[in-house]
Amino acid sequence: MNRRFAGLVFALGLVAGSYAYGAEQVKIGYIATMSGPTASLGTDILDGLKLGISHCGGKLGGLPVDLVIGDDQLKPDVGVEVASRMIEKDKVDLVTGIVFSNVMMAVAKPVTDAGIFLISGNAGPSPLAGKGCLPNFFAVSWQNDQTHEAMGKYLQDQGVKSLYLMAPNYQAGKDGLAGVKRYFRGEIVGEVYTKINQPDYAAELAQLRAAKPEALFVFYPGGMGINFIKQYAQAGLKEEIPLYTTAFTLDQSVLQAMGDAALGLLNASFWSPDLKNPVNEKFVIDFKATYNRLPSLFAAQGYDVALLINSAIEAVEGDLSDKDKLREAFKRADFHSVRGLFRFNNNHFPIQDFYIREVFRNEEGVLTNKTIAVAFKDHADAYHTQCEMK
Amino acid sequence: MDPILIFIQALNGLQLGIMLFLMAAGLTLVFGVMNLINLAHGSLYMMGAYLAATLQQQTGSFLLAVLLAIPLTILIGMLIEVIVLRSLYDRDHLDQVLATFALILFFNELVRIVWGPQAYFMAAPALLSGSMQILPGVSYPVLRIGIIAVGMAVAIFLYVLIAYTRLGMLIRAGATNREMVGALGVNIRLLYTLVFGLGAALAGLAGMMAGPILSVEVGMGESIIILTFVVIVIGGIGSIRGAFIASIAVGVADTFGRVLLPPALASMVIYVLMAAVLYWRPQGLFPAHG
Amino acid sequence: MVKQKYPDLRQIVLLFVLAAFLTVPLFGELFYTRLFTRIMIYAIVALSLDLILGYGGMVSFGHAAFFGFGAYTVGILAQHGVESAFLAWPAAILGSAAIAAVIGAISLRTSGVYFIMITLAFAQMLYYFFFSLEVYGGSDGMPLASRNTVAGLIDLGDHNSFYYLVLAFMLLTLFFSRRMVQSRFGMVIQGVRENERRMRSLGFATFRYKLVCFVIAAAIAGFAGALIANQSLYISPAFMHWTRSGDILVMVILGGMGSLFGPMLGALFLLLTEEVLSGFTEHWMILLGPLLIIIVVFARRGVYGLLCGAKDVV
Repeated sequence: MNRRFAGLVFALGLVAGSYAYGAEQVKIGYIATMSGPTASLGTDILDGLKLGISHCGGKLGGLPVDLVIGDDQLKPDVGVEVASRMIEKDKVDLVTGIVFSNVMMAVAKPVTDAGIFLISGNAGPSPLAGKGCLPNFFAVSWQNDQTHEAMGKYLQDQGVKSLYLMAPNYQAGKDGLAGVKRYFRGEIVGEVYTKINQPDYAAELAQLRAAKPEALFVFYPGGMGINFIKQYAQAGLKEEIPLYTTAFTLDQSVLQAMGDAALGLLNASFWSPDLKNPVNEKFVIDFKATYNRLPSLFAAQGYDVALLINSAIEAVEGDLSDKDKLREAFKRADFHSVRGLFRFNNNHFPIQDFYIREVFRNEEGVLTNKTIAVAFKDHADAYHTQCEMK
Repeated sequence: MDPILIFIQALNGLQLGIMLFLMAAGLTLVFGVMNLINLAHGSLYMMGAYLAATLQQQTGSFLLAVLLAIPLTILIGMLIEVIVLRSLYDRDHLDQVLATFALILFFNELVRIVWGPQAYFMAAPALLSGSMQILPGVSYPVLRIGIIAVGMAVAIFLYVLIAYTRLGMLIRAGATNREMVGALGVNIRLLYTLVFGLGAALAGLAGMMAGPILSVEVGMGESIIILTFVVIVIGGIGSIRGAFIASIAVGVADTFGRVLLPPALASMVIYVLMAAVLYWRPQGLFPAHG
Repeated sequence: MVKQKYPDLRQIVLLFVLAAFLTVPLFGELFYTRLFTRIMIYAIVALSLDLILGYGGMVSFGHAAFFGFGAYTVGILAQHGVESAFLAWPAAILGSAAIAAVIGAISLRTSGVYFIMITLAFAQMLYYFFFSLEVYGGSDGMPLASRNTVAGLIDLGDHNSFYYLVLAFMLLTLFFSRRMVQSRFGMVIQGVRENERRMRSLGFATFRYKLVCFVIAAAIAGFAGALIANQSLYISPAFMHWTRSGDILVMVILGGMGSLFGPMLGALFLLLTEEVLSGFTEHWMILLGPLLIIIVVFARRGVYGLLCGAKDVV
């Protein structure tokens, strides 16, 4: 072999190597509910995601980011079509977002079967944590039941003897109350499911008062929560029957609409804006500066999605073609999240701490949450043993 | 359930019914007199709530906010009537459904762009917050009693308006036979605009009263518009009396349904009620067209 | 009748649309194949609504109930191991027809806005029923493992094969519907729409004719539901919500009711517009609203009416 030939081979090798060594960019498909009354959740997660990307230098793992945004309109069949468009037309490398569990159940298999990684920024339905777990699926947020389990444990630890449960009559509501009952061992004096998006709870509040329980647990996300908390306070029940709930009811995005009715109420959460770690402090300060509002837990989830993707792409040095290596990198989750150190369980759901927070008014007079107790340390979800993955 | 609880639930049913009546009265008037299906009635409800909530934050007074927001809502209503609805009077109901459905989409996005996607806070006026003892040992939120009081006042006002004034006479005539009214030389255009304005005022008032207990958010009109249509269909289109009786009936039926039945059945109660009424009286209880 | 030398605008547009439908899969873009499959399925259900709405004068706000019911029939049968299209699809058709017979028998006693509301009420009852049916997915809905099998003749999992099958069905439905409205039955139905009292005085049992028309339309909608279940591989109660009925109604009115081709164009127009607009901005609904109003106000007979120059539509 003469030198020129060797040089040619070497040059060809470099060229070939550069194809293996890194795509030019990473294309991420973001699917969420961006229209209708629940659109604020979709925009919150997206805001967190964008802030995360900018904190990583506008790139993830060194690759410039092309973000494609799609609206599932809270319709599972539209979610499937949007996902299919992103995979086939836009040729995305990853899909993330997904606020609602029914959309998630519709898109999970089609997306992962196509070999595309699905990183949930919110929805964590139990089938995907248990028997139906998928190797290409990763939940950055939580498993749906976990947060409710945390409050159930807290109530048990606090020695509450009788509890009244309320939630909307859909899958997430039933899962939530099941989570509470998994850890609360006292007496359940009432379990009421109300119509989804029901505006007026006068009838149910009267029944609650008549039952005279020691405490009340509710799961009412979004607008339902605003309605319920306001009416509960107005009925004078705050002094009679203390209310306990999860972050979805008393989250930053809905607190302002509740006013003083929310003050002093306790809720469970995997994250709080006052968590003391450098990543979280930077996140909260910059979020406030960029978007002129305090971040909600949804924004925190979106931020962590960005950090996770960043860590994974960095670990494979920008080579998105080797899916197995990329999957390993996702599993390792070698990054510091806004909740401290982050790790996945065998079913690709997080093992994490849960806190109890209380609503108060900060120095600027804005309603927000502060951490007052720890409910769980390194809590794993209840379904991971049913998942066959290691 | 002990008698006290039954009484409280009946009161709750009455309050829900009165709220529905405020919405239904406007809708049945517009439908009866102008023969116009207005799906955007819920959007007027939403605009009333948002305007009052904003004004309340600016002025600090609930009463002032309501007094200012009602004329504003009437104004919006009249604008809609003049710009969009005038061309639809001759068209059949389907075109009206489509156009007013499009208005819903428009107003929802408009509110989202102007006020943002997150729900808005509206405080109960100080006078009406808290609970009061209506019977020994039984407390009930003052705000809900306030809603009942306002609703009854509006019902009496409408009754007097319809039965004893000239405008009321024109409204009754228009609901029975609008061509004749026009043929008799009444300015139909003006009548229509006034009636629509009255409907808008009622919808807006309902929104303002609901704001403190419900969430003021995008799309809040959708959840109530279907219920309102159910009420006016049961009551008979064009009849305020029918709307009153039907709204109380629906409010009480829905409340007791939620309390006594499992959730899946409870959601169906009002629809079953409507189907049953229509089976025996295909035109509702008190149809204005006779 | 004057023999036309040149084809009119209507025929040109329809031929163009047909050509487009025939050639979409040939472009090889899976995304467009899927989009147009969905458009054709909605064209079928819009067509079925036109039968009772445009021709029968019955404004049903609960048509999506049959659409969703057909989808659930496929899903429930699949959950119990029945995957053959030869069993599942006829079951969807017959099931929807049966439900429609009951709903129609009660609802058709009313008319006008009362009919609208009672059909809406029944649709909502069905919606809440399936919403609370935990065993079959409940509020979250249920996924379909794979598309129905056609005894090994065609692989419906292959998107192009499924596309052409749906296209064949759409053309078949168009043909069948056209024959129906031009038959004696169709004439009676249209007569009932024009003046029911006169038809009755002529001796026709109008209630029976309306009921049969209602049932046929529901059966077609149920069949479209079976197809959509296969297309999305997901079944959710959202398919029968009243807002879905509203979407189908919009397609029929936009396209031009009482024309059969109109609803097909309406489905094409609405779904394509949604696709294009949502590509521009997240706030696309604020554009869709005024657009619909403009079309309603200025194009009285829908898109198809525009093409016909407001001549006879049938």
